[in-house]
Amino acid sequence: MGLFERKNYKIFFRSKGEAVLWLTGGGLMISLIMIAFLILLVLKNGLGNYIPLPITMMELKNGELLMGEVTKSELYTLDKAKFDQLDDKDKLRINENGMKEKRYLLRIGNFELTNEHFKWVSEYEIKNRSYPKDAVIIERLEWGRFYGIPKEFRIDGKAVSTDLNGIISNYKKYHDYVVKLWEEKVSIEKKEIGKLNHYIEKERLKLKKASMDLSKAKATKNELKIKEAQAIYEMSKAEFDAFDKSVKKNYERLIDKIDDLKKEYERYSIHFLTVDGKEKDVKLFEMIRSYYANQLTFSEKVGVYFSRWVEFLTGEPREANSEGGVFPAIFGTVVMTLIMSMFVVPFGVIAAIYMKEYAKSGKLISILRIAINNLAGVPSIVYGVFGLGFFAYTLGASIDKLFYSAKLPNPTFGTGGILWSSLTLALLTLPVVIVATEEAINAVPNSLREGSYACGATKWQTIRYIVLPRAMPGIMTGFILAMSRGAGEVAPLMLVGAVKLAPEMPVDSIFPFVHLERSFMHLGFHIYDLGFQSQNSDAAIPMVYTTTLLLITIVVVLNVVAIYIRNRLRKKFIGSIF
Amino acid sequence: MEETLKNSFDTERKTVYDPLLNNESMIISLKELRLFYGNKQALFNVNMDIPKGKVTALIGPSGCGKSTLLRCINRLNDLLDFVRIEGDITLNGESIYDKSVDLSELRKKLGMVAQKPNPFPMSIYENVVYPLKIDGVKKKSILDEACEKSLKSAGLWEEVKDRLKDNALGLSGGQQQRLCIARAIAPEPEVILMDEPCSALDPLATMKIEELILSLRGDYTVAIVTHNMQQAARVSDYTAFMYMGYLVEYGNTINIFKKPRLKDTEDYITGRFG
Repeated sequence: MGLFERKNYKIFFRSKGEAVLWLTGGGLMISLIMIAFLILLVLKNGLGNYIPLPITMMELKNGELLMGEVTKSELYTLDKAKFDQLDDKDKLRINENGMKEKRYLLRIGNFELTNEHFKWVSEYEIKNRSYPKDAVIIERLEWGRFYGIPKEFRIDGKAVSTDLNGIISNYKKYHDYVVKLWEEKVSIEKKEIGKLNHYIEKERLKLKKASMDLSKAKATKNELKIKEAQAIYEMSKAEFDAFDKSVKKNYERLIDKIDDLKKEYERYSIHFLTVDGKEKDVKLFEMIRSYYANQLTFSEKVGVYFSRWVEFLTGEPREANSEGGVFPAIFGTVVMTLIMSMFVVPFGVIAAIYMKEYAKSGKLISILRIAINNLAGVPSIVYGVFGLGFFAYTLGASIDKLFYSAKLPNPTFGTGGILWSSLTLALLTLPVVIVATEEAINAVPNSLREGSYACGATKWQTIRYIVLPRAMPGIMTGFILAMSRGAGEVAPLMLVGAVKLAPEMPVDSIFPFVHLERSFMHLGFHIYDLGFQSQNSDAAIPMVYTTTLLLITIVVVLNVVAIYIRNRLRKKFIGSIF
Repeated sequence: MEETLKNSFDTERKTVYDPLLNNESMIISLKELRLFYGNKQALFNVNMDIPKGKVTALIGPSGCGKSTLLRCINRLNDLLDFVRIEGDITLNGESIYDKSVDLSELRKKLGMVAQKPNPFPMSIYENVVYPLKIDGVKKKSILDEACEKSLKSAGLWEEVKDRLKDNALGLSGGQQQRLCIARAIAPEPEVILMDEPCSALDPLATMKIEELILSLRGDYTVAIVTHNMQQAARVSDYTAFMYMGYLVEYGNTINIFKKPRLKDTEDYITGRFG
């Protein structure tokens, strides 16, 4: 036994803390594995969603023909009765798989013909499989995807070409033209008619206000007032009539234009034969993307993949959000987060400055601090309820009564909207900012404050020039935390303004450009809606992953930008300490 | 030893002054200054006059109240709400604890250099002109001139003239402290208060600061707190020895170090306690 060998092993284990090392390391490892698993899951499903798949044609044993994309395959346990009916070859295979049968989720599309988007097909049902070269996948504006074999290219219902090459060349020739016309029509509908409606509504409200003023004046029984109100009312009425006439003319002109466009672009179509023997005419303008899935080269596949991503990021949703893009949701999320930051950062910083610099530290401040910390633990849905009850129904309703009385009983601010959502989330994240700012102010060395006072600075000058700049990195940390929390929060937003589909964006080209009363789309709510509220859940669930990936990316990007700014500030203000 | 000292204070409490002090014209005088941290008294009836244009050193063991005394002069102790001050201090004959006194105006006349260099997190230029800027001076020519003049007085101009826009935190410790001195003299104060300005510096930087203090003598009145008795002997004209909140002996530096009148002073100076 060596001189310096450990003698008391009981002490050894307690003092060395080997167990603690394993415990802490293991804990870290478990959290890392979970995070990595989550990220990998989201990445795999999110990035894989848009890979173009081949078209599989399945001939079933019962004679049915199916055609579509295999989106998923899984093993399931076959029940005994069914198993007994199968032939020997299938039984053998199932036995090899451990009594489990393989099944495929086939996206068969053609919803208006089949009333199904997807179909499960078990291996034992399949007689044979083939990959027809001339089958086409079409992503359409309505009814989801279409799978079929093109037969004729038609203009005005008459066949122009019937061979494959002719159809392709005609498609290439006319598709861009037709889409352009269609886009023009949509833009007229959305922008010009929207603007017109907006003006009509404005004038109508003016008239209504005048009539309300008149009835109010009548109630006072003051002759002079009645006369005055009457005059105003008549003037507005005349104005409105004149306006109405001119608008009607405009309106008709626009409708005519739309009709012309419609007539033109609806002339072009392609006639398809589906796998179950039905025929279908698909209008050219409906086709967003179409390709011979089984003839794609690698570079064409990449092209389809990226064009789907571009549509996802810049387009508007279609088919109850399960297809198309999420641009309005991205926009809504970013605008909401920015408005929230605009409220929460100044308020939080001001509150923290008062508590740290001005208030005398005592019992009251301690209680206040505990209360603020507790606020961070209140369930977010409670904030949602508060936001709805206080902001929308109390504050908003009063604003409506004061400024938008002509529009009542339709609420303007008296219902959920982006302003109330931002304020609710600002309230939710306020404790984070206050606590972070307080800590940052605490970390400013007293020697700097004294140095400033000794130079003759007042308290405010010291805070303004010394404390705040020096605390800025810490404040930024609070801002980052608040932003991440706010961008990812869903529950309160469901109550105060996030909607499944917002017809108008919160920022647009109609004066006053920023419409804080409008409801908006939010990525977090979009994910919830896709995952749990969708009719076509097989198509929506891959979108859940893609949207989740996008939301995570946005939060990461916002954070990285904020961290970059913080590090620059830190370098500037804290620098070297010799 | 300490026990006997304490007893002797309790009975006598008399400060011994050097008659040479009578020949000087005084700028600051402390009259019966008493200071309490809550219930604990930290300064006991300090009567002390600081001569104009001279360097006065405050020495004494840790916790004897020399820094507290210095901070009373520019009213930095006001920041602590548990401090209570009695007695009076006058600057050029006017009370600084009067109700009408504006702290900003007062502190402009009293530059201060802290124990640890405390440059602000901004550029060198901004640091030096900070006292002027917060006073509302906006004209660039005035600021530039003040900056150059102060940095030259602080002996830093040659080292930093090409990088005035750089962050002050990039300077070395000694340079930072000289920058703080430049900042203290930028508004042209009458008095510069230094609270152990060299305690965080290496010997070379200390030497530079000491040379700087000697060069400031005459133009400015300097009151310096120091732990280092050699430093007090090197730079100061007058020295005050404090102990346990009392001013024990105050006089010409040569006299204090060569032939102190009190045995306590001698014990401290020769290193027998403290």
